[in-house]
Amino acid sequence: MALDTRTGRRPSFAATLWGSTVGKKTVMAVSGLIMLLYLVVHMIGNLKIFFGAAEFNHYAHWLRVVGEPFMHEEWTLWLVRVVLLAAVVAHATSAYQLSRRDIKARPGKYLHRKPRSSYATRTMRWGGIILGLFLVWHLLDLTTGTVHAGFRPGHPYQNVVDTFSTWYGNVIYLVAMLALGLHIRHGFWSAAQTLGVGSRARDRALKTTANALALVLTVGFVSVPVAVMTGVVS
Amino acid sequence: MRLTLRVWRQKNAGAEGAMSTYEVDGVSSDMSFLEMLDTLNEELILKGEDPVAFDHDCREGICGACSLVINGEAHGPERTTTCQLHMRSFEDGDTIDVEPWRAAAFPVVKDLVVDRSAFDRIIQAGGYITAPTGAAPEAHATPVPKPDADFAFEHAECIGCGACVAACPNGAAMLFTSAKVNHLGVLPQGAPERESRVLGMVTQMDEEGFGGCTLAGECATACPKGIPLFSITKMNREFVRAARRGR
Repeated sequence: MALDTRTGRRPSFAATLWGSTVGKKTVMAVSGLIMLLYLVVHMIGNLKIFFGAAEFNHYAHWLRVVGEPFMHEEWTLWLVRVVLLAAVVAHATSAYQLSRRDIKARPGKYLHRKPRSSYATRTMRWGGIILGLFLVWHLLDLTTGTVHAGFRPGHPYQNVVDTFSTWYGNVIYLVAMLALGLHIRHGFWSAAQTLGVGSRARDRALKTTANALALVLTVGFVSVPVAVMTGVVS
Repeated sequence: MRLTLRVWRQKNAGAEGAMSTYEVDGVSSDMSFLEMLDTLNEELILKGEDPVAFDHDCREGICGACSLVINGEAHGPERTTTCQLHMRSFEDGDTIDVEPWRAAAFPVVKDLVVDRSAFDRIIQAGGYITAPTGAAPEAHATPVPKPDADFAFEHAECIGCGACVAACPNGAAMLFTSAKVNHLGVLPQGAPERESRVLGMVTQMDEEGFGGCTLAGECATACPKGIPLFSITKMNREFVRAARRGR
């Protein structure tokens, strides 16, 4: 009698990834890199505020008509939004599940606390929570205008200046951008390791890139509220 | 040397543990840390008390039986195993805290002894080469390129002590598992089971209740054998490759 040599159906690539800690980290790395790419574009776009209200508002309008005539108005915008939402959900879900597991796996604490890992590494979880909360506020403030008294749809320049004319607007933004810098500093390098591209030879280049990305994005984003506070943009 | 030791005492797996303080006198700076504990135990036995239980075997730094978190560091302040740590690394009059490995997957058996059989089950899930054993084969029958041999040896140095898990803020066994995966995966003898090995071992690692990797790097710093952090990077790549191939 011939024996059946096939041992059942193999699990799919996605199921294998999602079912393991290593795979979930891959999901986090990929979704994180998608968000990072978006942030670079977002930061460059923000800098247009230094060229005046007309150029900034024109740029903001263009974001709604990218890809026309092939894409209908706001189609590209919604495409980007859907990808970003998927990335945020995948990133946060993996982070939540992995963190719960990590905390459970290390129940007892040692008497001495001598962490050798960097500050950025140790603040990934809290930094991520801060960024998630900031994201909600940021969208309600400058996209929908729900929490923004005197929000004027179609006038982003005025809305931005308005937000950064309040103390709380500045505080929330500055704290979030510092958290962002720290998150990227560890996150980018960490994603490289998770995706298996790190090595001894490349380590310096990867760490430098991570630090440069963190610094450029934080400085770029922070420059806008600072410009409003100092009156450069008004 | 005269030392004050604060040692984790726990009667059994189910009991609550606590730190107990002991004074140890007449410690020579040439003693190993374990010999110092032997001195303490001799005194405790003479006094009719229960000696401190701790794991040890070869006392040469090659077996991986000894453990202990000393002043918050796995295997203590030097980059070596506890048995090769000498009392000259401490000062007369020091207070030294001695705790067991702390991880959910390494439950305490008694005092400083933890159950590390989770590591054995990870090895059983693929950390071997399926080949008939017998007389050693002719060494030149299967050529191994020198860089591959060096890479394999660097990872083969892992003694499975568990310091990586003890040091990891997530109680993860990534460094241990990756050392084994890389050691065998790069060699021609291990190549046929390259995919099933990494899939099996990572799955078992997760099932044992170890945490995930956050690239904190504490494991590689604590490893007495210097397994590099990039070992984990390499295993991540191996895992995704194997998952894509689906076997």
